[in-house]
Amino acid sequence: MRWPIRLLRRRAMEEELEKELRFHIEERAAELMTRGCEPEEARRRARLELGGPEQVKEACRDARGTRWVEDLPRDARYGLRTLRQQPGFACVALLTLALGTGAATVMFTLINGVLLKPFAYRDPSRLLRLMERTEWSTPFGNLWGFTYPNYLDCRRESRALDLAVWNIRRGTVSAPGTPAYVDGIEVSQSLFSMLGVKVELGRGFLPEEDRAGAAPVAIVSHDFWERRYGGSAAALGARLVFDGTAYTIAGVMPAGFRMEDDDYDVITPIGQDTSAVMRNREAHGFGVWARLRPGWTMKQAQAELAVVGRRLAREYPESNRGRTFVAEGLRPRVGAAGPALWLLLAAAGLVLSIGCANIASLLLARAVSREREMAMRAALGAGRGRLARQCLAESAVMALAGGALGVGLAAVSVRPFVAWWPGGLPRAQEVALDWRVLLFAAGISLASGMVFGLAPALRAPARGLEKALRAGARTVGGGARKLHGAFVISEIAIAVVLLVSAGTLGRTLLRQASLDPGVRTDNVLTARTALSPAVLAEAGRARAAWRELLERARGVSGVEAVAMIDTVPMREGSNQVYYSTSAAAGPQSERPVVLANCVTPDYLKAAGIVLRRGRFLTDQDRAGAEPVAVIDEVMAEQAFPGRDPIGRQVWTGIGEKPWKVVGVVGHVRQWGLAADDQASVRAQLYYPFAQLPDGLVRRWSELMSIAVRTSGDPLRVVEPLRRAVSGEGGDQVLYEINTFEQLARATLARQRFLAVLIGAFAVVALLLACIGIAGVLAYLTSKRTAEIGLRMALGARSGEMAWMVLRQSLAMILAGAGLGACGALAAGRWMAHAVEGIRGVEPEALAAMTAVLVLAALAASYVPALRASRIDPLRALRQE
Amino acid sequence: MRKKPDLPQGTLDLLILRVVSPGPLHGYAIAQRLQQVSSGVVQAPQGSLYPALHRLENRGLLAADWKRTDSGREAKFYRLTRKGKARLAAERVSWARLVEAVGLILAMGEGGAE
Repeated sequence: MRWPIRLLRRRAMEEELEKELRFHIEERAAELMTRGCEPEEARRRARLELGGPEQVKEACRDARGTRWVEDLPRDARYGLRTLRQQPGFACVALLTLALGTGAATVMFTLINGVLLKPFAYRDPSRLLRLMERTEWSTPFGNLWGFTYPNYLDCRRESRALDLAVWNIRRGTVSAPGTPAYVDGIEVSQSLFSMLGVKVELGRGFLPEEDRAGAAPVAIVSHDFWERRYGGSAAALGARLVFDGTAYTIAGVMPAGFRMEDDDYDVITPIGQDTSAVMRNREAHGFGVWARLRPGWTMKQAQAELAVVGRRLAREYPESNRGRTFVAEGLRPRVGAAGPALWLLLAAAGLVLSIGCANIASLLLARAVSREREMAMRAALGAGRGRLARQCLAESAVMALAGGALGVGLAAVSVRPFVAWWPGGLPRAQEVALDWRVLLFAAGISLASGMVFGLAPALRAPARGLEKALRAGARTVGGGARKLHGAFVISEIAIAVVLLVSAGTLGRTLLRQASLDPGVRTDNVLTARTALSPAVLAEAGRARAAWRELLERARGVSGVEAVAMIDTVPMREGSNQVYYSTSAAAGPQSERPVVLANCVTPDYLKAAGIVLRRGRFLTDQDRAGAEPVAVIDEVMAEQAFPGRDPIGRQVWTGIGEKPWKVVGVVGHVRQWGLAADDQASVRAQLYYPFAQLPDGLVRRWSELMSIAVRTSGDPLRVVEPLRRAVSGEGGDQVLYEINTFEQLARATLARQRFLAVLIGAFAVVALLLACIGIAGVLAYLTSKRTAEIGLRMALGARSGEMAWMVLRQSLAMILAGAGLGACGALAAGRWMAHAVEGIRGVEPEALAAMTAVLVLAALAASYVPALRASRIDPLRALRQE
Repeated sequence: MRKKPDLPQGTLDLLILRVVSPGPLHGYAIAQRLQQVSSGVVQAPQGSLYPALHRLENRGLLAADWKRTDSGREAKFYRLTRKGKARLAAERVSWARLVEAVGLILAMGEGGAE
C-alpha cells in the first residue's frame, strides 16, 4: 500500500491493528486455558506476554513510517490548545515573531524585486549586454560603452548574436502642449522585437524607417501618451515636435515598459540620426544589447566578439588598439542599493534571531516545569520521538502563526517602505509579494520554529522516569541552566552587534553632516536649463541665448547672482577630463584626472566658494583672450606640489591651447558630503564658458544648469525665474530644480535612512534582550526559592542573595558583550564595504553602546535580584 | 518498560522471513513457530513481533491478507513477496558467512597470538 492510500485508510487500519492484536491475545489465552489456566488469568498473562497492547500499537504505528503526517493535525490541535492556555505568553511570542518575520520579509521582498527578479523581457536568460573592454584601465575601469561604428561591425560579423543598439537622447518637446524637457532614446529597429516587447497601440518601427533620410517617426511612452494626448487613439499619426524636428507618432509603448530601470517618453529610430557621433569611432556611450541565437552559447559568442575586436584593432589602430568586445548576461544594475538591502536583511534577521532565543528560553522554562507531565505521558506509552514531535508541532504552530502575521505586516508596509527609500529605490515597480516571498516567509518561520522548539523537544524524557515523577520539578538540571545561559548570551551578543552598528552609522552621519561642503548652501537654487532647440545648432546663437537668459534671470526680484555651471556640486557628474602640466605628457591612460567645471564668472559668488589665491574668472576672459582656468586646493597640491600654481599651464582635451592658472579656490565636495573623501577623482578646475571652443557649445549647452543666489527663500523665485527665462519661443525650460541645501541633505540620505532603520532594529533588539534576561533570571531564581530560603535561614543576608543573582547575570552579560564586540568588529568591516563614508567600527560607538547594553541588562536583572532578596525563608522552606 | 529482544539486532526480521517462507501464517502462528523451532533457546520477543511484521509489510517484503483460520475466525495472514524471497536468500548467505567467520575467530587457539 502506498502511503497516501494508507493516510486515507487511517481508521480502517486502526481497526485492523486492533483486531489483529485481539486475535493474538485470544488465541494465546485459549491455549493457556487448555493448559488449565483460569480464563481471567489466561487473558492477563496473554496481554503481559505481548508487552502491553497500547505500547505494541504505538510501535506498529511507528513502523508504518508515515506517523508524523498522521499525527500532524492532532499535534497541531494540541499546540493550539497549549497556546490558548497561556494567552499572555502566546501574545508576546506571536508579537515578537510577527515583528521579526515581518521585518525580514519586507527586506526580502525588496531584495527579491530589486536584485533577484530578472528583467521583464522575453526569455531574459539569453539576453546579453555588450561592452567594449580595453587592455588598460582608467580611473573609471576598463569597460566602455560602444561606439556606433563598432556596433555596426559587430552586428554585421556576429553569427551567434542578434544585436540591437540604443542611445539616450534628451530634448525639448515643444508641441503639442507646454514645452517640457523629456528623456528619450534612439533605438535600432530590431530592439523591441528582440526584447519581446510589443507596442500597445499602432506599430513598431519599420526597417526602412531606421535609415537616414526616412520620414521622421516616433513611438511614445504610455504615460506620455496619456499626458499629452489624453490617451486617445487619435494620437497615432499626430504631430510631435521634439528637439525642433516634427515627428509623426507611429505607436505607443505598453504601460510600465522600461529600458533597464528607466522610462523614456520619446523613442526615435537611431538610423535617422546623422550627427557626427554616429561616424565617430571614439564616441563611446551607446548601449548594445543582444540575444543569443538558438543553438549558440555564451562562450561561442565571446570568442566571436574577440575575433571581431582583434580585426578592428588592426584596421583602426588609432581608436581600437588594445580594445575588444565582451558580453555579460543582461542583469539589473542597482548600484549602492544592493549592499544596503543585504545589510538591512541581515539586521532584520538578527532581530528575528533574538526573538527566537527569547521564545526558546521561555519554552525551555516551560518544558522544565512540564517534566512531570512529560514523564507521565511517557509512562502511559508515548515514545520519546512522539513527545519530541509534539513539542516541535507546538512550536511550529506558533512559528507559522507568527509568520502569517508577519506576512500580513509585510504586505501593508512594503509600499510605504519603498516610497520612503531615499532617492528612490531602483526597480521599485518590481517590488511585490509573490510566491518566492511567501516561500521565504514560510521558510524562516519554520526555521525559527525549529530553533526555538528544538531545545524543549530534546528534553523529552527517556530515562529516569520514576525519578522525574517522584521529584517533581523543583530543581533545574545543570543542562537546562547552561542552555538558558547560552540563550541569554547569544541575545546580548546580537544586541551588541546591532547597537554598535547603529552607533557607528549615527556617529559617521554626524561627522559627515558637520563637514564643510565647500559652497554656501543657504539660498542657492540650481536648475538644469534647456535652451530653445532652434538656437542650439549654431554656437553663436546659443552663446547669445545664454547671455540673454542670464541677463533676464538677473532681473528677477530676489536674485543676487546668476551663473552657469555644467556639473552642479553634490550630484554625480561626468565632467572628468585628463590633464597634464606639460605639453609633452605620456599616454592618456597614465595622466591624472580632474573634474573640469565650465562656468560663468559669477559662479564664485552664486555658489559661495572661497577664493584662496589670485583671482577668479572675469568677464575679460572671453574668446580670443588668453585661455585661463582656476583650480581648487586639491588640484594645486596634486599638480604643483610645493610650488606656486599661479601662472602655470594646464593641458586638457578641451580647446587647442593650454589654460593658464590664474587663481586657487577652496575644495568643493563635488561627490557629496559622504562620498567625496573616498572619491577617486577629487581635483577640480573651473574654466570660462566664454572660452569654450565653438564645436563644443552645443553639447555643453545640453548639460548646463544655472545656479542662482537669492536674498530670500530660493524656492520662492522658481516660478518668476521660469517665466523670465522661457525665451522668445516660450520653449526654454528649467528642470531638475533643487536648492543646494536639498542636494547636501540628499547626499546623506542613504546614511540617514540606514542609521534610522538599524537604530530602530537595535532598540527592538535591546528591549528583547532585556526582556529575555529578566525572564530567564526570574525563572532561574524562582526555581532556587527553596535554596535561597535555606541559605537565608542559615544566616545569609538579603543583600548577599541579590548579589548572588546579579553575579549570575553579570557573568552572562559580560560574556555576551564580549562576543558581541567581536561580532560588531566583523560587522563594521562589512559595513565599510556597503556604506560610503564608513571606515569600520567607531571606537566611541563600540564603548558607548556596549556600556548602554550592560547597564540596561543589569537594570533588567535588578527586579529578579530584588525578588530573591525578599524571599521569606519560612515560606520558602514550607514549600518544600 | 519494553522487554529488550534477546536476539541480535536485525535477526528477528530474518527469522520471520524464514518462518513465513513455506506458506502464509498469521501473527500468532508465527510467534508459536518461532518458539517451537528454536526449542526455547531463543526468547522470541512477542512485543516486537508485530511492529516487525508491520515494518516488513511496509517495506514490501511481506504481503498480508485477511483469511479465515481453521477454527473459522478471521486473521491477518502474512506471506513472502517476491522481494521478500530475494531478501531472505541474500540474508541467508550473509548470515552463513557471518557465522562461519565468528566460528573461526572463536575456534582460534590461544596460540593464534604467536
